Amino acid sequence: MTALSELAELSDLAAEVVAAVSAASTVEELRALDAAALGKKGPLAQRKAQLGGLAPDDRRVVGQALNAAKEAIEAAVQSRRRTLEAGARAALLEAERLDLTEVGRARRRGHLHLVTQTRDELEDVFVGMGFQVAEGPEVETDWHNFEALNIPPAHPARSAFDTLYVDWGEPESTVLRTHTSPVQIRVMTTQEPPIYSVMPGRVYRQDTPDASHLPNFHQIEGLVVDRGITFGDLAGTIDLFTEAYFGRGIRSRLRPSYFPFTEPSAEFDITCPFCGGEGCRTCGRTGWIELGGCGMVHPNVFRAVGYDPEVWSGYAFGFGIDRLAMNRHGIDDIRELIVGDIRFLEQF
Amino acid sequence: MRVPLSWLRELLADAPPDDDLVRVLPTLGLAVESVERVGDPLDGVVVARVLDIAPIEGADKIRLVQVDAGGGEDDPVAVVCGAWNFAVGDLVPLATVGTVLPGDFQIAQRRLKGVTSNGMLCAADELGLGADHAGIFVLGRGSVDGLEPGRPFVAATGLGPDTVLDLEVNGNRPDCQSMIGVARDLAARFGLDVVRPEVLYPIVAEADIAGGAARPTVEIDAPEGCGRFLARVLTGVSVGPSPLWLARRVELAGMRAISNVVDVSNYVMLEWGQPNHAYDLAALPGRGLRVRWARGGERLVTLDGVDRTLSDSDLLICDAEDAPVGLAGVMGGASSEIGDATTDVLVELAWFDAMTVARTSKRLNLRSEASARFERGTDPEVLEEAADRFSTLLGASGVATVEGDVVVGEAPARTRVTLRPARVNALLGTTMGDDEIVGHLDALGFSVAGPLPGAGGAPASAGEVTAYDVTVPSWRPDSSAEIDLVEEVARLHGYDRIPRTVPVSSRTGRLTHHQRARRGLRQVVAGTGASEAWTTTFLSAGDVARVGLDIEGTLRVTNPLVADESQLRPSLLPGLLAAAAYNASHRQADLALFEIGRTFRRPPVAPGAEADRLPDEREELGILLAGRDAVAATEVWQAVAEGLGLAEVELVTAAAPGLHPTRCAQILVGGKPVGWVGEVDPAVVEAVGLTGRVGWVEARLDRLLAERPPVQLHPVSRFPSSDIDLAFEVVDDVPAAAVERTLRREGGELVVDTWLFDVYRGAPVAEGHRSLGFTVRFQAADRTLTDDEVATARTRLIDSVTSTHGATLRG
Repeated sequence: MTALSELAELSDLAAEVVAAVSAASTVEELRALDAAALGKKGPLAQRKAQLGGLAPDDRRVVGQALNAAKEAIEAAVQSRRRTLEAGARAALLEAERLDLTEVGRARRRGHLHLVTQTRDELEDVFVGMGFQVAEGPEVETDWHNFEALNIPPAHPARSAFDTLYVDWGEPESTVLRTHTSPVQIRVMTTQEPPIYSVMPGRVYRQDTPDASHLPNFHQIEGLVVDRGITFGDLAGTIDLFTEAYFGRGIRSRLRPSYFPFTEPSAEFDITCPFCGGEGCRTCGRTGWIELGGCGMVHPNVFRAVGYDPEVWSGYAFGFGIDRLAMNRHGIDDIRELIVGDIRFLEQF
Repeated sequence: MRVPLSWLRELLADAPPDDDLVRVLPTLGLAVESVERVGDPLDGVVVARVLDIAPIEGADKIRLVQVDAGGGEDDPVAVVCGAWNFAVGDLVPLATVGTVLPGDFQIAQRRLKGVTSNGMLCAADELGLGADHAGIFVLGRGSVDGLEPGRPFVAATGLGPDTVLDLEVNGNRPDCQSMIGVARDLAARFGLDVVRPEVLYPIVAEADIAGGAARPTVEIDAPEGCGRFLARVLTGVSVGPSPLWLARRVELAGMRAISNVVDVSNYVMLEWGQPNHAYDLAALPGRGLRVRWARGGERLVTLDGVDRTLSDSDLLICDAEDAPVGLAGVMGGASSEIGDATTDVLVELAWFDAMTVARTSKRLNLRSEASARFERGTDPEVLEEAADRFSTLLGASGVATVEGDVVVGEAPARTRVTLRPARVNALLGTTMGDDEIVGHLDALGFSVAGPLPGAGGAPASAGEVTAYDVTVPSWRPDSSAEIDLVEEVARLHGYDRIPRTVPVSSRTGRLTHHQRARRGLRQVVAGTGASEAWTTTFLSAGDVARVGLDIEGTLRVTNPLVADESQLRPSLLPGLLAAAAYNASHRQADLALFEIGRTFRRPPVAPGAEADRLPDEREELGILLAGRDAVAATEVWQAVAEGLGLAEVELVTAAAPGLHPTRCAQILVGGKPVGWVGEVDPAVVEAVGLTGRVGWVEARLDRLLAERPPVQLHPVSRFPSSDIDLAFEVVDDVPAAAVERTLRREGGELVVDTWLFDVYRGAPVAEGHRSLGFTVRFQAADRTLTDDEVATARTRLIDSVTSTHGATLRG
């Protein structure tokens, strides 16, 4: 065997194996070809074992050719393996194909009620302003709901509250609270000033249900009692809250009004958030939306809870939570809030 | 309060334009609810007198009318008219040729059936004055002062354009339930003068009284109920329609025009805020009135025709023979009502106690324009002025002689209040000078005297006034304390001129544990797929009974609007069931709803001496799973318990009202009952119109969200754990939870977890039994457990379960 013929054979062998490898159709076939060509008993190994029988120069030349043949086969195997693996993976993935639009409606997600969401957001704004959140009973004593709030029995203002009475104790001694203000009394009779609190909750009136009235609805009320609190502080607080909750550019204004438990009293309006004060359908073209009532805590209220009105002053404000939510979300009928229609609840 | 601006302007010299008034009124506390423009200029419409009415040949619906339109009888104007309600001599409005009537209706010369019509006689609606199209608007008859033929209609009748403001008057401002009160506030803000209307018809001296009748007598037997009383007699009254302008003002102000006497009475009330009552003197035997308390059970037929039974807290006006003729301050009696034949009128103007009127009005549920004013407090000093206005106005239409006047009672001394300017600024956050404060009060009719050095206990330092002595005007019953004056100063100063500041809270703003935990609970429940509903607090008795709750234990509203809403909910179940039924009826089934709200119960013991004692009121959670069973409800409850991180949670099989008797368990947390889980009783489900199973969870929040000590870390073992499975055959009566508890208890520290992985009923398990398969996981904190240790423990668990529950281990 000459070195020359040896070289030619090697070249043919390598080409033959490379061709076979490139034609392999499975990883297993490839592995068998690889083992056959490059294994310990394969043709290259056999030839390598016989190198010792060659002249030194031939040995070097044939040795180099052997290496080259081996590398060529290895490269071909590796390349073919990649191709085959990619094909197998593609086939596997193809077999796993899913049409995700075939998936039916998932289980319903639960939604918090719009009133809850609105109440939480309001609470958060006030908490950020240093207020605590206080709560009280919905069935209240006449004293907490009226008398302590400077509304003695037979006071003409009582008729405006459309009070619902509960058959508990003496007749007309127990009421469904007509506003959240009795919580002010509960806070003041159990805490020393300073007080910075908001009081959200459900309140009751003897109202015939219609688009804007329900016999039970929700209010939030604020109370601040400290030394040197002024009407200017009240106006400033309402302004600050208005901007924090409704956003930049929304201002507030106060108009004189009357509530027995505050003096001076005011109603407060905010810039209509829909038109920014330009005037639209929602605000009746006035540019303002009426939000709630407020005022300086009346000295008689302080006297009722045992605070000295010469030492302490304070303000209170309140407004409807439902109304706010309705305004914000374009709800025309307050009864929607209480029906429990899932198609309504799931929108918020 | 409806305020025609023409009226207001009469009382206010040099008032600014309408727009300024509308802008300023709310800043004074008089919110403008609406601005209504009424009437038209009606140029070209004149007063005309009908001279002749003649038929037109070939026409049976229209006639040819000759009228005097200012040219005299010799120069009549001929118009064709299709109305038949007038006669020769009547004064009617004529729209002359060229006039443009409201609705852009142009009047032109027309020829009809061979005659020429030079204008149109108008009905009220054609002039934009109401909806009356019944016939031609007959203004008067014969010769009437002011209604001279040819005179422009608006000038002659006062029925021109006007603007009516609807003002919302606050309850503390009875003075602003009158034109004069509104005028006073505006005058104060704009620095204008209030004009007092002209007063005519002085009282005839006693000696000159024609006919020689004595003056009326007035007796007040109830001075606590009536502080002042003025009775005035007007004779020679002819009852008839009011002048058009007066009737129109009364109507624009929201009242019905009836007759000159009644209209004048209302006009005076609207203008001066002083209700008054006109009696037919002929129906008052003895020419006298007496004010006294009613006797219990006494009766009176009021003007509205209702026979009313009175109580001894009602104040009565009686005639001189003590027969009731009026319910003081509320409504007059029917017997002495002004009628067409009335010629002599006694008008009553009184100052009644506000509480007395309020009490009677409320008790009888009888509200009138008079009671609305009296019950808030009227001006004790205005009686004479209002009486003079009454005679002046009636004199203008009714030709009356004022024959007698009796006033009983003195107006009380005006209220005096000490005002500290420093206090004003301290409460408002302003830096007004004394002169500014005094100026505001003065403009509003408060008279300020002083200074009072040293008042309020503090000595005045040089140049500093500590207090003023302020006298409150008689028309401001709302002002009786310093704070009331602070409000007046702020109001006139303008709320928008008070500098805005923000106090810095010295408190930490945060939610309480309960509030934070409740928010977390909502999220956890919503995470199970339930949506939150807010259902009504009110139920019907049937709703309560339907869910098996005791109606005796339920609180009731004593004055519900409708009987269906008389019970305070003792449970959230009826409300959520109703919501689910509503959804089902709208093809929304298989949904989960929850609510967190208050429930109310009558406690077993009646309220005791503690004044503050209230019925039981709880905050509860209710979760309703429409179309899902008790197992689903239990899974939801487990998710809630897990989400809240509750420890020591147990379910104890028990029955509760409204729930499925055999698919229900009580929830215990830390051994305390917290609520119920299970299924709604199928009978209840059916009764509310639902179908299928309805899962239910309820829990009271005070216990569910009780504050617990912070969780302490239980170190996670780094050693391997071993699981064993044990299946027991257990009789149905023994709850799986009981078996699991035994496994946990007996396993002690080595058992780190147990769970039920299989329940099997059927052969070969005996009837009335089931197989419960539990996995028990063993693990030690400090070592790998040996097979022996696990085997020993296993034997102990098996022994314990078999002996405790009569169970057998299944091979």
